[in-house]
Order: sequence, then structure tokens, then C-alpha cells
Amino acid sequence: MPIATYAGKAVTVNEEGFFQDPSQWTEAMAPEIARAQSIDELTEPHWQVIKFMRAEYTEKGTGPTVRVLGKTSGVSVKELYQLFPKGPAKMAAKIAGIPKPRGCI
Amino acid sequence: MLGGGTGGTLSANRLRRLYPREDVEIVVVDQNDDHVYQPGLLFVPFGLARAEEIVRSRRHQLHKDIEFRQVSIERVDVDADIVHLGDGTELGYDVLVIATGSILVEEETEGLTGPGWMEKVFTFYDVAGAAALHDALEVFDGGRLVVNVVDMPIKCPVAPLEFCFLADWFFQQVGIRERVELTYVTPLDGAFTKPVAAQRLAGLLKEKGVALVTEFNTGEVDGSGGRLVSYDEREVGFDLAVVVPLHGGASYVARSPGLGDELGFVSVNEHTLQSAAKPNVFAIGDAAGVPTSKAGSVTHFEGEVLVENIRRFLADEPLDGSYDGHANCFIETGFGKALLIDFNYDTEPLPGHFPTSVGLPLLKESRLNHLGKLMFQSLYWHSLLPGRDLPGVGSAMPVRGKDAEGAR
Repeated sequence: MPIATYAGKAVTVNEEGFFQDPSQWTEAMAPEIARAQSIDELTEPHWQVIKFMRAEYTEKGTGPTVRVLGKTSGVSVKELYQLFPKGPAKMAAKIAGIPKPRGCI
Repeated sequence: MLGGGTGGTLSANRLRRLYPREDVEIVVVDQNDDHVYQPGLLFVPFGLARAEEIVRSRRHQLHKDIEFRQVSIERVDVDADIVHLGDGTELGYDVLVIATGSILVEEETEGLTGPGWMEKVFTFYDVAGAAALHDALEVFDGGRLVVNVVDMPIKCPVAPLEFCFLADWFFQQVGIRERVELTYVTPLDGAFTKPVAAQRLAGLLKEKGVALVTEFNTGEVDGSGGRLVSYDEREVGFDLAVVVPLHGGASYVARSPGLGDELGFVSVNEHTLQSAAKPNVFAIGDAAGVPTSKAGSVTHFEGEVLVENIRRFLADEPLDGSYDGHANCFIETGFGKALLIDFNYDTEPLPGHFPTSVGLPLLKESRLNHLGKLMFQSLYWHSLLPGRDLPGVGSAMPVRGKDAEGAR
């Protein structure tokens, strides 16, 4: 597994850059991961989604899909795409330091 | 038993055989008496099946000692063990099975049911849509046909791909293939959810001249302008769109506190099918929120485990956690051929043979698989729904015959 360094700490990620161990993540790492995703500044709504992603992961063992995010996070799917243009579920999961959402099969 | 489709019918019939009448009373509730053979929907648009051929009476698929009530469901009071029915009556239970499948929620996608709906924008995921699409394909004389999955989960995730393959075949038969541009538009990052199968299926799309657009999250269907628009503002133009709408659980699930998840699917243990809401509630088939495909084969394999677990629950024994996510799907590829995939929670679809090394070829086009798919319709009505075991096809996924090494 590749190693990435955020906020001066080494963390384990997969080939696509998703955290493998969410406990290695700290809030201080998020802005740096976001910048690598071309999000220059994490605003309050970004943080709302990031925190929601982590809470969902803790509860269910996987991050939510875009559709579920739109229904439950308090941010609409349209706004989610404005916040995370390259795909909210994946980008937010990466920034929130949780594994790639399993999605639906 | 809420729902008289594949899961409700086969489980009720199995339970009926397990228990004498005087010990257990079985009631199946459904809002209508139309049991649709859903795998047949794919064939209707191409004139390979007629709508009326794939619908039979729900009641008539049930053992005579099972009561069938045709009434809508208002909500379930899980705490009180009561189902509130649409006619104002109540139905108490010792064990409840949710088998009401999934519903199409077209209205959740902007514009989908707006101008052009059922004129140039169709779905083949219900009987009326499949029949209307058949009429449209009869007069289609060329142009851009797009097949779009709005988002997962959907019933039978391979069906939209099969639609593409059959469309390629169909337009060659009617002699206008060169005038038709076929495009498959999916929210996934590949042709399918599982890597090895995704690769093979992407290869097949290419072979058949079907363009593939991935990671497209449809935000709007503009029927009059002939455009699919994604949330990240990409566009795919069409003259005819075949859209697989968003799916959700039956609407009463959302009206029943604690029963379902955000999309109305019932949260159950993925190995025992017992609800997280209460031990005497179970779910089967498309209604269950488990991480495998929403498919008839899944429902069939779940059925064995469900019935055994209801027996154990009633006998106060520990449940059997043996459902492994097994799914088995014939994928029609046109020209009298099909391929077969077989997988579970842990093992993705692999090449090889099913169920053993001398069986049907896996992940490979063959005439045998096509015949298997055709033959299945009769097995469905006469073996699967009555709750009989299919010879050689068990609940757990067979490992022998699969070739993990040759997969990559």
C-alpha cells in the first residue's frame, strides 16, 4: 500500500489515494488533501459534508453515495457537485480520510 | 408476507410445505394481482416477448392453503407487531417478511417525466414502459439512442447492458444499424460494478460499436431538447433515450419508523436477513438492503436461508448466517448468445464454468447460456416460485469450476 504524507504525518492510502485507516486522519490533514483535489479552500459547507461522511462511516462501515448524501446531509446533490465538482461521494470520502465508498452493486 | 413477487411467493410456498395448516397461518399481502416475470421485460421492446406473456396472477402462484389479500399497505408498526392496511384494517403477525421489492422513482430525476416522456424518453423497467418502447423502436429510423442508468442501486444491473447488446442485434436485423449511434451512459467508473466482469463487458460494448460514457451522474433529462445533463454539467444528446430511473423501497417502508434506510430498503443482517429493527422481522429480495445485486437469482438463493431462519426463530434456535450474497445472471448478448456470471459478497464474477468445471461457460458468450436464459422462464413459474430446489443450483456460491488465476 502506498504511503502519503499529510500535515507532516505518514498515512496509508490505496492506489487511488483513499485512506485505508480512518483513525490516521486528523482535521489538520483535510485542507492539504483538498488542495490536491483542486479545492483551494474548505468552507463551512465542505466541513459539514466531511463531518457527515465520517459519522456515516463510523456508523455503517462505508461512506454514503451521492444520492444518500443529497437526502441526508442537509446539502442538495446540486450543491454537493458545486462543493466537490469531481464527484461528491468520492472526493469528500478522500478528504474525510475514509475508504472509497463501496457504492451499490 | 408483504409482497407477492418472487421472494414473497417462493418463501410463502416453502413455508407452507414446512408447516401444517393447523400450526402456521400464512397471509400474503399485495396491492395488485399482477406477478410480472421481470427478466422478460428486457425482451418486450425488441418484440421477443409480448407484455401479456410475462404477467400472471399472483394468487395463482401461491399454494391453495395460503391466504392472499389484495390491498395496499399503509405502514408497519414494528413495536406492536401490526401491519396497517390501506382499507383501514390491521393485520397482526408473529413473523413478518418484507418482500415488496423496489419501486421506480422517476420523479426524483428532474425532467424525466416531463416533455418527451413515453415519446422519446422511455424505460423498459415496467410493463407499460417496455410495451411503449417496443412501439417506439418499431418506427425508429435512425439517430442517437442512449441507454442511461441514473444511479445505483437498480434491479438487475446487467439489464441495461443487455439492452445495448440486443439493440445492436435488433438494428442489424431491421437493416438500419449504420444509421443508429448507440451510447451507454453510466454513473459507474466502468461498464459494471465488479472489475473482471466490467472489463469483459466493456470489451463487448466496444465490439458491438456501443460508446461508453462513465461517471455520468444524471441531474436532468431534457426530453424536448434531447439531452441528458449531468450534475457536473456534461451533456449527452439523444433522439431516443432509454432511462433506468432511480429505485427506492416500497413507499410504506418510509412511513414505518425504524424499518428502512434512506432509500426505503430494509436494513437486515446480510447473512441471516433478519431486520435490525426487530428480531421477528425479515426481508428478502430487492426490498432488503444487502450489498449484492437486486436480482431474482439473489432472491431465490436468499429464500432457502430465510425459510430456515424463520423456522429457527420460531423454534427459538440461533439463526443460520449462511447467505453469502450469491448472485447468478445470464447476460443476453444478442445473436442467440449469452454469457453467465456467478458471484457473491466476497468473490467477484470470474471466468470458468458453472456450477462445476463441466457446466455452463462463465463470462464467455455461448449459445448454451442463451438457451439457459430462455429455459429459465419455465423453471421460474414451475420450480422456483413453487419453492422447489433447482437441481445442481444451491444457495451458496459454488467455487469449483471458477478460474481465479485466469481472470486477469
